[in-house]
Amino acid sequence: MEDRELKELERALEQIWEVARRFGLDPFPTRFEMVPATVMYEIGSYALPGRYSHWTFGKAYQRMKTMYDFGLSKIYEVVINTNPSYGFLLETNSPIQNKLVMAHVLGHVDFFKHNVYFSKTNRRMVDSVSTHATRMAEYEFKYGRKTVERFLDAVLSIEEHIDPNFFIRRERPQPRTDNSEGRARAGDAKTPGAASSSSSARPKEGPYDDLWNLDAANAAPPAAQPDERPRGERLPEKDLVYYILRNSPTLEDWQRDVMAMIHEETEYFIPQMQTKTMNEGWASYWHSRILRELELTDTELLEFADLHSGVVSPHKGQLNPYYLGYKIFEDIERRWDNPTAEEREKLGRKGGEGRAKIFEVRELDNDVSFLRNYLTEELCEELDLYVYELVEDEEWTVTEKRWERVRDQLVANMTNFGFPYIVVEDGDYNGNRELYLKHSYEGAELDGNYARKVLEHVYILWGRPVHLETIVDDERVRMHYDGEEHDED
Amino acid sequence: MSIQRNDWSLQRKGIIDQERHKERVKEAVRKNLGSIVSNEAIILSDGRRTVKVPIRSLDEYKFRFDHRKRKHVGQGDGKTKVGDVIGREGQPGQGQQGKGQAGQDAGAEYYEAEVDLDELAAMIFEDLQLPFLEEKAKKAVQAKTTRFNEIRRTGVMANLDKRRMILENIKRNAREHQRARFGDVRKEDLRFKTWEEDKRYESNAVVLALMDVSGSMGEFKKYIARSFFFWMVRFLRTKYDNVEIVFISHHTEAKEVTEEQFFTQGESGGTVVSSAYQLALDIINTRYRPQDWNIYPFHFSDGDNYYSDNEEAVRLADELITTCNLFGYGEIGEEGASGYRRSSGALLSIFSDRLKRKDRFIGVRIDDKEDVYPALKQFFGKRGVEA
Repeated sequence: MEDRELKELERALEQIWEVARRFGLDPFPTRFEMVPATVMYEIGSYALPGRYSHWTFGKAYQRMKTMYDFGLSKIYEVVINTNPSYGFLLETNSPIQNKLVMAHVLGHVDFFKHNVYFSKTNRRMVDSVSTHATRMAEYEFKYGRKTVERFLDAVLSIEEHIDPNFFIRRERPQPRTDNSEGRARAGDAKTPGAASSSSSARPKEGPYDDLWNLDAANAAPPAAQPDERPRGERLPEKDLVYYILRNSPTLEDWQRDVMAMIHEETEYFIPQMQTKTMNEGWASYWHSRILRELELTDTELLEFADLHSGVVSPHKGQLNPYYLGYKIFEDIERRWDNPTAEEREKLGRKGGEGRAKIFEVRELDNDVSFLRNYLTEELCEELDLYVYELVEDEEWTVTEKRWERVRDQLVANMTNFGFPYIVVEDGDYNGNRELYLKHSYEGAELDGNYARKVLEHVYILWGRPVHLETIVDDERVRMHYDGEEHDED
Repeated sequence: MSIQRNDWSLQRKGIIDQERHKERVKEAVRKNLGSIVSNEAIILSDGRRTVKVPIRSLDEYKFRFDHRKRKHVGQGDGKTKVGDVIGREGQPGQGQQGKGQAGQDAGAEYYEAEVDLDELAAMIFEDLQLPFLEEKAKKAVQAKTTRFNEIRRTGVMANLDKRRMILENIKRNAREHQRARFGDVRKEDLRFKTWEEDKRYESNAVVLALMDVSGSMGEFKKYIARSFFFWMVRFLRTKYDNVEIVFISHHTEAKEVTEEQFFTQGESGGTVVSSAYQLALDIINTRYRPQDWNIYPFHFSDGDNYYSDNEEAVRLADELITTCNLFGYGEIGEEGASGYRRSSGALLSIFSDRLKRKDRFIGVRIDDKEDVYPALKQFFGKRGVEA
């Protein structure tokens, strides 16, 4: 790309920034960088520049690059949620493509800055992942590349199973914990009495009870509470990574450190997983609004229209999150701009509040609440959404068109970012330091083969027999893995 | 707010991890050689350079839902009704999870890796060799190659290195006349190429590939025999410059055929194994005298020989063993049948009972595609003595 073109693009960026600010967008300062395709795919496959090495990244990189080389697909844009933010532009994009990408990126960055689910995000994550990478490389040097790789394979198999609201625990004052704690726990376990008391000491504790006690916890010096169990000891525990790294009887220090690093990185990515549809919808909404304000030539206008419809087009048979999010935001704006008589009367909507409303939504919702609150009957109809399932093991058949059912199914599939909800039920199962996991069954069965493979990985982390309870064909099934063979009952 | 361009030319992370991934693929391939060796995609590869082979251990396992038992949400073009069929199970591209998560497709049970056929061959052949190879001193053919690898000032005019001569001349002119030009060639400018002869002594070897093409050799049995010979031929051609291969197919009669006929011929008729052994012995006597050649007959059959011929077959097999370095016999069972079904009338059990010299005989039973690789390893294993 010529310097002249770069200059022109910089001028366009100033314009875009101006327009965005006028519309009320308030992104972090954003640095754009023009990169060749190889770098684009590298950052795309690692999700952040400078992360640790692992073959799965290489696999993703190879797949993306091959798709690009064969002209099958192309990443237009990569954006990094930090402050300042980074947007990456592809050298081979046309000027109008890059203008669209810049506007789109500013939409994302505004979302990153203001959506409440990102409020605890580490905005210096690029620095963190590069220190992680350094530490990981040291461990590779010290313990061998294969050893670290095998261990990472195991950790990555459960990386998504962390508590999305982990920051609440981190910020709450905690009893002072030191290194001896893990060993003390292991000692406890030898006496069965201690183990059973830990599960029955506070029998009435529900998952939210601690919310009521926040003040008490703040007031009293935590160390003075004798029954305050160490973090990671409140069962059931949704955060598998954290629980295992704290309580595994066998891990070495470096292994716990690796798990902590992975935990931190997943924490960073979770808000993005929770808001995929909204985030893409928001960015698409704004790239279209912003580009309409720019002075474009006729050919540019044509190319823009073509690009935009490519981004927000329905994929046959599938749901395109860009399209879905985009349509919902437009619909919200329309409904708050021109409320029906009933809405004016009953809900007190004055009309003309569309913009204000979508800014509010972008601040307060995540995908699950976004869809539950704003996917309407009309929209379901217009988008022709339906539920389909496999009938008689043979045909994928549309089985539901009633909009509320469709909406609820969509919400259900997005819950826990599409992953099964697994919790630790017991870390001292059989009184023998065995790990008992439970799948909170909500109507969708686990893939048994995959579950067994993951249990093998979890065994590497826990070092003692592992169990998983789930439901198959409406019956309770427990899978066991003892390091050598699988069993089921 | 700015647009930057930096030099990314030293950025190699993706490529480095891509190598790590390739290593994993290779490792997995090595572990799965048994099933890969007899993979149709390879045997029928028709000279393609790379083949796709399924590899089980490269999935990234996570807790995930059973795609087939789950309800999904899709989007139609406006007219979708309850009861519409939008896809059939097993058809790619239909009825898939719309979220774009890798590995969610029901059909993609395992990862398919692209493998270079040559690399694969190198892995398979790593430990293979022709067993009991002897130096047959008399006729050991020298693999002689001539390499021009030296330059001298004297030599035969025909080997004059003109380019170097001109260079030398220009250099000398530059030294003596301060003008770098060509002309006034003198004897001291001349440079000659000289050569070295590479002599590699290699023992002569001939492999006789004998295949039963009688009516009882069905699809599966033929496939097994072919995949064995496919790798055998490839192995011999890769590792030895100097190995001849003779193809003999037989039913009640045996005849020598070309490589192409050998691999494509249809089947018919009964089985008289001795006919093939007799032809093999004839060919050995006329063309490959044992004092000059290492000889390896390999025979594949379903062992369903005419009863009356067994006596003769054993006698000739004994004769083959005494004349040859090693006699290999592979008996192919019905698909999926395990050992207990082998009939007592089959050749393999007769051979193992009645052959006189068993140290130079290898008999292998193949009931499954995965047995091909172990068979290769037995026939061409180190020292070759495993029975």
